[in-house]
Amino acid sequence: MTSLELAQKLKAQFGEIISEPGEFRGEIALTLLNCERIAEVCAFAKKELGFDYLVDVSSLDNYGDDPRFTVVYHLYGIKHRCYLRLKTDVSEEKSELPTVTKVWRTADWHEREIYDMMGIRFSGHPDLRRILMWDGYPYFPLRKDFPLAGKPSELPDVAFTKPAPLEGGPFVTVAGGKDAISREPRVRIPETDSVELNNRIERRDDIRKAHGESFGPGPKETNK
Amino acid sequence: MADVRDIEIQDTAAKAALAAENATGGPGLVDELPDMGGEKMVLNMGPSHPSTHGVLRIVLELEGETITKAMPDVGYLHRGDEKIAENMTYTQFIPYTDRLDYLAPLANNVAYALAVEKLLGIDKTLPPRCQYIRTICCELARISSHLLGIGCFAMDVGAMTVFLHTFTEREKIYNLCEALTGARFTTSYTRIGGVSRDTPPGWCEAVRKFINEVVVNIDETETLLTRNRIWVDRTRDVGVISKEDAIDYGLSGPNLRGSGVEYDLRKDQPYLIYSDLKFDVPVGSVGDCYDRYLVRMEEMRQSVKLIHQCLDKIPGGFDNASKEPVNVADGKVVLPPKSKVMTSMEELIHHFLNVTQGVNAPPGEVYFGHENPKGELGFYINSKGGGTPNRLKIRSPSFVNLSILPHLLPGHMMSDTVAILGSFDFVMGECDR
Repeated sequence: MTSLELAQKLKAQFGEIISEPGEFRGEIALTLLNCERIAEVCAFAKKELGFDYLVDVSSLDNYGDDPRFTVVYHLYGIKHRCYLRLKTDVSEEKSELPTVTKVWRTADWHEREIYDMMGIRFSGHPDLRRILMWDGYPYFPLRKDFPLAGKPSELPDVAFTKPAPLEGGPFVTVAGGKDAISREPRVRIPETDSVELNNRIERRDDIRKAHGESFGPGPKETNK
Repeated sequence: MADVRDIEIQDTAAKAALAAENATGGPGLVDELPDMGGEKMVLNMGPSHPSTHGVLRIVLELEGETITKAMPDVGYLHRGDEKIAENMTYTQFIPYTDRLDYLAPLANNVAYALAVEKLLGIDKTLPPRCQYIRTICCELARISSHLLGIGCFAMDVGAMTVFLHTFTEREKIYNLCEALTGARFTTSYTRIGGVSRDTPPGWCEAVRKFINEVVVNIDETETLLTRNRIWVDRTRDVGVISKEDAIDYGLSGPNLRGSGVEYDLRKDQPYLIYSDLKFDVPVGSVGDCYDRYLVRMEEMRQSVKLIHQCLDKIPGGFDNASKEPVNVADGKVVLPPKSKVMTSMEELIHHFLNVTQGVNAPPGEVYFGHENPKGELGFYINSKGGGTPNRLKIRSPSFVNLSILPHLLPGHMMSDTVAILGSFDFVMGECDR
């Protein structure tokens, strides 16, 4: 039996609430339109379709889109050796969907991690606490609106956002740039008052003036 | 070995706990025992404890010496690798994979490269020599990781010699890594679409020499442990995981196979050239610490067998006399040869785009699971197109394997924790990511 056949069986059982199976690189993915029924669908997949092994649960932040979050389940059957990817969208207002810990106990830590990193809650979870960050940490770091450089927290010695020793200097990439070019140190003016460096920048400005604006990439930001 | 077990448990509380366990058919219900007159003690094990192999912290609730509740606390080594991955190109993330399971960096490199290649759709078209080299790397990493795992496991339960013995061999693997990649520890050897360099002259002979030596070492280790009375007493019937529990908790690798589940991604979802090679997948019968140890021992022997076959069949021979490629030919994926970058227009463009923007991946999502020494290391990559992933989820085997501890530990003696943790062979760098 192939993944596609199993996916179609799942679709036949639940009909409207499951999308047509999509295929990419030989992997079959299904989208569940109503996240409230995820536990029910998973229980059926485990019991009737032999997906006894939950490989992974992960989450996506579709920042700017609605619904904002997607929870992704990777199912595997040790007997039939088929993978199935099950996805379901969760809106930001609700940020909650039923737990699948009653279907596979391995979901326990995966769901805690998603709650910790993305802030999606799982109703019915036996022990929904943060797992990688500490209790009481105020943010959800894997959300797209959380900066790569981090945010100050009440434990500044543990999770600091102080500049790294060489930050701002040459050859140190800047975290959070939207592409490689904005992180690239050569197009930044380093944040330093070193006389030598400033001289070099002035020299470059002089050359720019002499040659007009068309010369070189020039300083993009000054950070002064 | 039932008589051994009887001698071990001496105090009344533990006896009662064992009786309750036998009556109810399994651990986990011990905390419902009637009050034995003793107070429960909370013991904090880790995060800095020799047997927690890094920074695992377990809060144990003890009654006498019997564990009634265990709460693992992970995250002390959390570095936000998944967040970092979203902010850099696919190639730039390779060094971070070294630091996941830092006892088998070569295997992590291969796993990550294969995941990205699957996204690009080139995983089936890799040059054969590249696939053979990668397979040798994976199996070397497996031997290295298991040597350490068994050495530390033995040292934790009191057998110091084994540790020194296995580390002698590991040192040779590090030398091989150094000759191959330039680094002993953080190898960063693979590239998207290939490997960073071909094997250096004489490397394949050195590998052959090493695997001939390591089998001797494995046999010697076996004589030190397998029939050692103390070792058997400490590991037999300790930390028994049933087949059903192992699957339900998503265990993978030797921990799952120790419980008798025949699940090995090299067989079940063959990648690289594993489908062309002959090897066996050892499984345990009881699922205790001793079985997990035996599975690892046998896996090392199978790895040796695999490397022998790879060396026999490697395209181009040991020194690549026929100049077989080790990278895919597509300049949009792999950096072109440096000699051509400054002399040829197309190569210059490829080089520039590859370095500044990264490999142009199509929109889509893939999951690739790799049989790492510790278990199934999976990468789920969600791409919106372009050179950086939209989301990169690392399914780390250690994280999932440890999640069974709250279920497994209660009912055991405090000192069994050390044996159980040793038999799990986890790495916190991978667990916390």
